[in-house]
Amino acid sequence: MKFAVCINHVPDTATKVHVGPDGKSIEKTGVNYVISPYDEYAVEAALRFKEKQSGEVIVLSWGGDAHKESLRKALAMGVDKAVLLKDDSTRDSFGVARALADYLRELAPDVILFGKQSVDYDDSAVGIMVAEMLGLPSAAVVVSMEITGGTAKADREIEGGHEVVEVQLPAVFTIQKGAYEPRYPSLKGIMAAKGKPIEERQPAPMEAKVETITMVKPPAKQAGKIVGTDVGAVPELVRLLHEEAKVI
Amino acid sequence: MKIIAFAEQRDNKFKKPAFEVVKAARRVADQTGGEVVAVVVGSGVRSIAPELGGYGAHKVVVVEDARLALYSSTAYATIVAGVAKTQAANVVLLPATAMGKDLAPRIAVKLDAGLAADCTALTVDQGDILATRPVYAGKALTEIRVKSPVKVFSLRPNVFTAGTSSGGTAPVEVVEVPLTEQDFRSIVKEVKQSSAKLDVAEADIIVTGGRGLKGPENFAMIEELAATLGGAVGASRAVVDAGWRPHDEQVGQTGKTVSPSLYIAVAVSGAIQHLAGMSSSKYIVAVNRDKDAPIFQVASYGIVADAFEIIPALSAEVKKLLGKQ
Repeated sequence: MKFAVCINHVPDTATKVHVGPDGKSIEKTGVNYVISPYDEYAVEAALRFKEKQSGEVIVLSWGGDAHKESLRKALAMGVDKAVLLKDDSTRDSFGVARALADYLRELAPDVILFGKQSVDYDDSAVGIMVAEMLGLPSAAVVVSMEITGGTAKADREIEGGHEVVEVQLPAVFTIQKGAYEPRYPSLKGIMAAKGKPIEERQPAPMEAKVETITMVKPPAKQAGKIVGTDVGAVPELVRLLHEEAKVI
Repeated sequence: MKIIAFAEQRDNKFKKPAFEVVKAARRVADQTGGEVVAVVVGSGVRSIAPELGGYGAHKVVVVEDARLALYSSTAYATIVAGVAKTQAANVVLLPATAMGKDLAPRIAVKLDAGLAADCTALTVDQGDILATRPVYAGKALTEIRVKSPVKVFSLRPNVFTAGTSSGGTAPVEVVEVPLTEQDFRSIVKEVKQSSAKLDVAEADIIVTGGRGLKGPENFAMIEELAATLGGAVGASRAVVDAGWRPHDEQVGQTGKTVSPSLYIAVAVSGAIQHLAGMSSSKYIVAVNRDKDAPIFQVASYGIVADAFEIIPALSAEVKKLLGKQ
């Protein structure tokens, strides 16, 4: 079975975000970039499926040369092949999905995995857009799944519960934190990854459908008042919540 | 401007975000001289459709099929995009719920439309819609414009106000959308609700416990306070990673981004990822022993003391206020 995993290379979640000089994107200087955390769960899921029923895992990423660092990390975790859809332009989710879909159409995997969202633009869109572009079914926000023959049964998170979704393969899945805690690359894996080539492709250009006009920092919260330092402060807190904030 | 508003229902009851989306659509329509067509998809949902008129829908299109009782991403997307096309709609609004987030990208591709996902505000500027959406889990806000002829927006739940129904009703049109086997390659077989639990993403009041609570058994007092307030229980990442609480309660950059009216952070230090996920709450209360904990920098009200002393007393005091004792 052929598994493809699409990953993004994004600022570490510990990053303090500042707006860059263009006023439309973040200041990139001094920012540490990593595999988007949910994409790492997707890589782990693919590796486990492969270990269970054999096959091949291909990891791909759309973006600039810097993305090779995350592709290498995936190789070190154990994926078989890495592909960079190399492009230094800025794209919206539609454009990224188009680049990935064009390559995936040719690759024709049985299972395509994404993280449930990329923790930069938080669109939760690229994976599902790719499914639609390829005419494939999908299940999103999956915490665990099982593959039996040509069908997958996925447990997907919804508000206050879960849905069990049955999906015919080939299909796209977007992975949520759950059953696939990512492994640490072994020293052997890291060494082997250094020798593996990263295939580069040039995606077709695509005009954006969404335009960012401005990016700003949210209005800073002002630290409010310390109501007290012991249990004696509780009645005053309740009074403030009731009379001043009017939230209870 | 003709606006499609997808009105999400489960078990043939509208979810609150359905009303929020219809009302938001109406606000935009009023500013652009447009029309709101609400769409309801399901099985046996015709009878609930007219009430969307009370939130501003001019008309409600209903698509029914026994196979649509449970959600199917492919079938639902085919229907909503199909209705958008036959209605010649320029704009499609959906709630950014689990269902809406799953549908919006498919609908965008079917309509060759740009998608503005998880918006927290829509404004009309010279006849065009500008959307505000948080990025980096709320560490920054962007203002964006969708440039394609058809535009899709998903709206963050709990942010757009639905208000109460005017009591009015809207005319209903039952429409057939042809569906094939291809549309049912992904189907929900079963829905497992966690014992009527209120989800943090939907709650108006959240009480979150952090690592300072020392162990999972001490969440009983968090649950009690949340229940007293009619709110949901939240958890910090440290607590989820330690296995004390399920991941669906996690608030923050790798959990859920929330903006309730009241957020009570108990023994939560306030890591940057956590602050990103809850700072847009209207009022924040922090209870922590460490006066230097970063959570106090965003708290409207703070108590610098041991949570084990404060929380039971707080539950009792709230009960007294609400007459629950």
